[in-house]
Amino acid sequence: MTEATTKLVATPGQTIGPFYGYALPFEKGHELVHRAHPGSIRLHGVVTDGHGEPIPDSMLEIWQADEHGKISRQDGSLVRDDHTFTGWGRVAVDNVGHYTFTTVNPGPTEEGKAPFILLTVFARGLLNRLFTRIYLPEDAEALANDPLLSSLPEERRRTLIAEREANGDLRFDIRLQGDNETVFLSYPGA
Amino acid sequence: MSAETQAESFENSHVLDPAATADSQETINKEIGDIHAAYRQGVEAGGSEETQPRIDFAPYRSSLLRHPTKDLHHVDPETIELWSPAFGHRDVHALESDLTIQHNGEPIGERIIVQGKVLDGDGRPVRGQLVEIWQANAAGRYVHKRDQHPAPIDPNFTGVGRCITGDDGSYKFTTIKPAPYPWKNHHNAWRPAHIHFSLFGTDFTQRMITQMYFPGDPLFSLDPIYQSITDQKARDRLVATYDHSITSHEWNTGYNWDIVLTGSNRTWMEDEDAE
Repeated sequence: MTEATTKLVATPGQTIGPFYGYALPFEKGHELVHRAHPGSIRLHGVVTDGHGEPIPDSMLEIWQADEHGKISRQDGSLVRDDHTFTGWGRVAVDNVGHYTFTTVNPGPTEEGKAPFILLTVFARGLLNRLFTRIYLPEDAEALANDPLLSSLPEERRRTLIAEREANGDLRFDIRLQGDNETVFLSYPGA
Repeated sequence: MSAETQAESFENSHVLDPAATADSQETINKEIGDIHAAYRQGVEAGGSEETQPRIDFAPYRSSLLRHPTKDLHHVDPETIELWSPAFGHRDVHALESDLTIQHNGEPIGERIIVQGKVLDGDGRPVRGQLVEIWQANAAGRYVHKRDQHPAPIDPNFTGVGRCITGDDGSYKFTTIKPAPYPWKNHHNAWRPAHIHFSLFGTDFTQRMITQMYFPGDPLFSLDPIYQSITDQKARDRLVATYDHSITSHEWNTGYNWDIVLTGSNRTWMEDEDAE
């Protein structure tokens, strides 16, 4: 094992800017699984600014385990074959700030852990990317034991737990600023 | 408002940014100068040096309503966060790293090679990972329907490239030197010439998007996006180095730019290091 001691200083990030639309989104980027895949769900929501207005030029990425909690090591995200689960997806929001991924509910990556989807937010006007977690709402005990969630006051904690809709879809809105601002994360070494 | 005008206003919002102002460059410069002076005072008083842009940076007007006001919540990464998606040559063809051969003719402009290495915070090469770039052409125009800058589109240049890093973390793109272009942040606002870079590490927590600049650009001091990084040493890390050994006889000029991602939080096993 190697001790992780940071020796180099990280290069700064910068905003994605307005003109990535012809460069970064790709065909089926938002389809981690095909819509006909058994157990497929829609994960969707809206990205809003400090006035509650939709942000129409935001790009999102998700990275998650499969339904059994396994982390994919498969390549091929950029050339989806509708069969390989790579665990990663990218989508540009639409003109009203709404996004949709087709994916599966991730399983717990370890016994008793609360399953979550990792989300990264990019936008014009946002000078560096933001990270957050989308927790599945079902396993109350695992959620109660989660170290991140239990370190947050209730009104902040709520912003990280997706809502399960009647048809099984997941709803997760992202509020960059203002009332019910989403909790965004920083990691050691950042 | 009819649905049609609604749609139109969203379309135009990218051009006529609601955050766009008639402020002068002098006003923007003063704001940047005040923030930087306060930062330097803080460092002299023993405060820590900043290495990343401020996300709350008012001179960049679009950031006003688009930054979280609460502190980022510190968390120890778990499982999925300690891994990144895998990319390979199934995803990216080798020719995608040459932005000058995507059409029938030669693009207009100064042909350049930009190369360097992607490293993690411990200096380990980031191997076999995806690097994506996009940029304006030699006239400062993007191939994007919302870029309304009246500079010519080059039918032989799209401005999008991808590659997979080598075993030593290296990447290399052949492209055209982009030009500066005007934008709507304030009156007579111009961006320094830049290439956008999108990067992945070994951990998803290292995911980043940034911009590479060219040495000696006269627009640096005027640009609130570049100046959102308050520390000069940190700003310098976004500027490529002209490298005559990358320049080739009667063909291209060359730049080197190494990229360091934040530290990996994974517990590295011997076999991964030796992989």
